[in-house]
Amino acid sequence: MTAVRIPVSREPRGGRPSAGGRRDRHDRNARTWYYRCYGIGPAKRAGAHLVAVAFAAYILVPLFWIALASTKTNQNIVTSFGFWFAAPFHLWDNLTAVMDYQNGLFPRWILNSLLYAGSSGVLATVVAALAGFAFAKLEFRWRRPIMALIIGAVAIPSTALVVPLYLFISYSHLVNTPLAVILPSLGNAFGAFLTYIYVQASVPSALLDAARVDGASELRIFWRIGVPIMLPGCVTVLLFVVVGVWNNFFLPLLVFNDPRLYPVTVGLAQWNASIAGGSGQQILYSLLVTGSLLSMIPTVAAFLILQRYWRQGLALGSLAGE
Amino acid sequence: MVATSKVQHPATGKARRNGPAARRRRRPADARKIMGGIRPYLFLAPFMISFFIFTIVPIGYAIWLSLFRVQLIGGRQFAGFSNYAAVFRQPAFWSGVLRVSVLGVVQVPVMLGLALFFALVFDTIVVGRAGAIYRVIYFVPYAVPGVISALMWGYLYDNQLSPFDAMMHGAHLGSPDFLSPGLLLPAIGNLETWQFVGYNMIVLYVALQAIPPEVRQAAIVDGASLRHIWLRINVPLVRTGLLLTTVMSIIGTLQMFTEPDVLMGFTPSVTSSYTPNLMIYSVAFNEQNLNYAAALSLVLGVITIVVIVGVLIVNNRRRGMRI
Repeated sequence: MTAVRIPVSREPRGGRPSAGGRRDRHDRNARTWYYRCYGIGPAKRAGAHLVAVAFAAYILVPLFWIALASTKTNQNIVTSFGFWFAAPFHLWDNLTAVMDYQNGLFPRWILNSLLYAGSSGVLATVVAALAGFAFAKLEFRWRRPIMALIIGAVAIPSTALVVPLYLFISYSHLVNTPLAVILPSLGNAFGAFLTYIYVQASVPSALLDAARVDGASELRIFWRIGVPIMLPGCVTVLLFVVVGVWNNFFLPLLVFNDPRLYPVTVGLAQWNASIAGGSGQQILYSLLVTGSLLSMIPTVAAFLILQRYWRQGLALGSLAGE
Repeated sequence: MVATSKVQHPATGKARRNGPAARRRRRPADARKIMGGIRPYLFLAPFMISFFIFTIVPIGYAIWLSLFRVQLIGGRQFAGFSNYAAVFRQPAFWSGVLRVSVLGVVQVPVMLGLALFFALVFDTIVVGRAGAIYRVIYFVPYAVPGVISALMWGYLYDNQLSPFDAMMHGAHLGSPDFLSPGLLLPAIGNLETWQFVGYNMIVLYVALQAIPPEVRQAAIVDGASLRHIWLRINVPLVRTGLLLTTVMSIIGTLQMFTEPDVLMGFTPSVTSSYTPNLMIYSVAFNEQNLNYAAALSLVLGVITIVVIVGVLIVNNRRRGMRI
């Protein structure tokens, strides 16, 4: 009978070695221990790293290509080898070209995207926070049926709604107004559900009751006690709504037909379609490549900076399936 | 009593109401009931109103529209279910449904298999800082707009631009046309996988991390190997996560629009009825037949719901058999 050493108390949190920090040496010991327990030898670990690196390369290939292509002349994008630099270094020229093309249409698209995504995000977060707070902390008669409705609505695929939404928007004469993309994002069932779970887990009812005893109004309680505690949950909702609206293509494609109102996704797709039409092919590759690179920077940066929040969002989101 | 009727609140310094009402409020159970009335509904109103106007009403309006037709002579007429009958007689729509179904049956399991594999690897083998870096890299495509990833892969597929083409040509392997009708579907599958594998991996990874450590410690004591822990403990315990990612991937595939629409700019292989949503778009905009487009989109919505309900039923039945 071999003695099995179980890493109970010496295991860092979560049962897994954590990364870095001042407990690094402790972690390293724990890690060796941990691998021994699972029976993971160095060969297995090396193999796993190899597979992970190979897959990371697959993920990075298109990003690498487009980053390189944005530094090339239009001619070199076509003729030079795609996975390496080609002189002359043309990034600055490409940037000015994309900003100036068609009287500065591209920066306008970026501003439109910022406006649509930003205002949708802020408004949807406020709406979801109010609703989530009410579900979690207020008693009212129709709470259960309305909750059931929301949970059912989380399952409605948003893309399936796009065409009916467009038909309704054109009926209400909202076509070619920013409201056509902002308003539909406000009734975000996922956001309301997420804040509901977050409030329930983080805001103590006793605190709210204490404030009620002191005679604070419900809105004041929400604003002064609820919001500060549920702020991380709100940031998660904000992040997902902003990225969702920024990346959306189908709905804005339907509801805008004035190029000056396009968000950047629709604008770039139209530039690409005009290549197929055969017009301006000589200029457009470098413009499209540079424009594409610029338009993904905000969302990728937001996810990288706010990592903690999206991980939390996904953790809470998977509860929706329970 | 008179002295207590106006008490200064220590923190806010404001006068606090007192008397019978306040005494009742002091009991927490009652305090919540007092909250009834109109106020909770005021909190809910912004959400409920926007949800109603932009989810329920559009569906109702689409149903209503789908029951009419517009003719050159006579204008709008009630058409009953004739638009739906036309949907069922339209082979282009159903071949689009078939095409995305074939794609879904192959691509979704491949993508989720990869996502599950890497979630397991990052949960047990590649842990710590290295794992964190890999996870961030894998997740990046999810933040890239769908249009942009379709454009990027379009360039990598395009005969004129593709570096793969140049590499294969250099190695005398010929030059495959990734956007030819035969390879187009796998090309779109690769694009979808690239975009969403990291997202699904994180969802599953988060679910794995939520498993209490004691479960696996117990398995280790019992002498379970890594393979056993993966297959007998981890996979069954992230079942909900797998179900969630499966349902979302099925929706994404059936409703696919962005990727084929952008690839249209690269190749004529993508026809205007390549996927159901592309066809609905062209019916609504090129043919200006909004009534028929409404019927098509409702049928597609119902197909999506039926498939999802089917997946849930199969899942429940299996779970029932195991227990």
